Amino acid sequence: MGDMSRVETVEQAKQNQEYVQALMDLLFQLADDDFILAYRGSEWLGLAPHIEEDVAFSSMSQDMMGHAAMFYEMLEELGVGKADDLAQLREAKAFRNAILVERKNGIGEYNDDPHYDWAYSIVRNYVYGLHKLVRLEALINSSFAPLALVSRKMLTEHRYHLMHWQVWLKQLANSTDTARQKVEAAIAKVWADAGELSDLGPKAESIVRFGLIAGEDLLKQKWLTKTKEVFKGAGLEWPGEPGKPQERGRAGEHTADLVSALETLSEVYRIDPAASW
Amino acid sequence: MQAQIERSHLTEDEKLEAFLARIDRGEKIEADDWMPYAYRNQLIKLISMHGISEIMGALPEKEWVPKAPTLRRKLAIMAKVQDEMGHGQLLLRVAEDLMAPLGKTREDLMNDLFTGRLKFHNVFHMAAPTWADAGVIGWLVDGAAIITQTMSLDSSYAPYARALHRICAEEKFHAQHGESIVLELAEGTAAQRQMLQEAITRWWPSLLMFFGPPENGTITSNQEQNMRFKIRTQTNEELRQAFLNKYVPRIFHLGFTLPDETIHYDEATDQWVYQQPDWEEFKQIVKGNGPRSAHRLKLRSMSYEETKWVRDAILSFGRQAG
Repeated sequence: MGDMSRVETVEQAKQNQEYVQALMDLLFQLADDDFILAYRGSEWLGLAPHIEEDVAFSSMSQDMMGHAAMFYEMLEELGVGKADDLAQLREAKAFRNAILVERKNGIGEYNDDPHYDWAYSIVRNYVYGLHKLVRLEALINSSFAPLALVSRKMLTEHRYHLMHWQVWLKQLANSTDTARQKVEAAIAKVWADAGELSDLGPKAESIVRFGLIAGEDLLKQKWLTKTKEVFKGAGLEWPGEPGKPQERGRAGEHTADLVSALETLSEVYRIDPAASW
Repeated sequence: MQAQIERSHLTEDEKLEAFLARIDRGEKIEADDWMPYAYRNQLIKLISMHGISEIMGALPEKEWVPKAPTLRRKLAIMAKVQDEMGHGQLLLRVAEDLMAPLGKTREDLMNDLFTGRLKFHNVFHMAAPTWADAGVIGWLVDGAAIITQTMSLDSSYAPYARALHRICAEEKFHAQHGESIVLELAEGTAAQRQMLQEAITRWWPSLLMFFGPPENGTITSNQEQNMRFKIRTQTNEELRQAFLNKYVPRIFHLGFTLPDETIHYDEATDQWVYQQPDWEEFKQIVKGNGPRSAHRLKLRSMSYEETKWVRDAILSFGRQAG
């Protein structure tokens, strides 16, 4: 078995099958969360409330997609499959993202009558982003050294994103009545799903035992503390204990929204996955 | 020099004369300098059309952003379309400064776009039904844009020239991005090559139209004025010839064909001879009657309307913050 408290390389990780299985499951959670939410961000391109925001939002979606790519590449190194195949050829039930990130941006399709909800996008990105912050901070102490290393790098970029969403939340919550109502409705909608973010999935026990990341309760408490501060700072009422969706995304249960997103995002690649694109 | 023009004892005619003398000396005009109304007007027309075209130009490629085939391509095309929006932003700021003395704002420009008063480039009214179209847009449409913009790098209006310097540097990157998609398809499977051939065939007339109708010896008053003001230095046909020179050999070299059997380079005149596209159709397209004009305008106007509450909120927050 060997000592798995500090794993420097993929080869070393592979010495222990249970360790690899736990690591893979966690990496899919990290990759799929970022990948799907970045995809939702990319659907906003050209439709944001003003041109400056269009540019900024797109830049953040690229960072997030870049983070997903790094996690998929790590899975590729572990021998799970090609990063592009992992992102685009798996069926919905193989995805480990939380339900919150797969929900549509609003009614309609990105290129056909999109009636997108800006308040929902702000709140979703911010609430998810605060959780991601807690998660990345915890990953710095991961037993898998390569994961600790990339997480440290991601944190720098990620802190800038959070500042961006903070400005938005503060502005919208403290401006017009319409904006306030929309933000409150968005919080209610996001909050109904947000409780799943700290779920580490069916392999949670081994993920934590191997020191890959801190336990669910600790992640949740830290995230709630930060979120509480933020809501208070924006003058928003605390929505209480976050809910969980009906499906458990971390266990591969997903909504029709993910199925249609996967169809769209893999449409070209699936024409011929063996071809070079 | 500028100080002299502003001296109030000069008549309008004398101011114009002094302004034209500055242009002739190759001096650059800044936003706060005195300029004749015609100069300002030509610049507003040109730059707002250019800026709005960048923004509307994001839409055909936007269709392919979520569908780009690999993680690398997904990242690249997002960055590319983001740049286009950024160019739009940069240019609209230049136009806003020019419009300010006339009391017009960005919102007026958006409304002009929605009512059809402000036109955008013919290419962005066209359909982009396959991934290869995204490649052809990046390679050939951006390639065509580089040719016209390079001409304007030396524009007499300094803020426009400065914006274009930045834009051109990024556009070269975009053309490489497009070329990379195209080369991958060109070296790919038979189906990929066919997809690319169809896209080239589909885009050819639009690419010829991109530069505007040929002058055939008669230069329009607009063009004449723009040349006199050194806003532009080349004619539509000169720009189109430069495009053909650069890209037709490359297209043939990759083993693709153009939907024009007559196209050839005439050594005697040093000119490409080619079949004219349907210029009547061109007029219809830029009027807003192209195949995707209504769809894309609707997408833009709908998103603009539905996010009005957000812009209102920002304004309200700004007022409160004082």
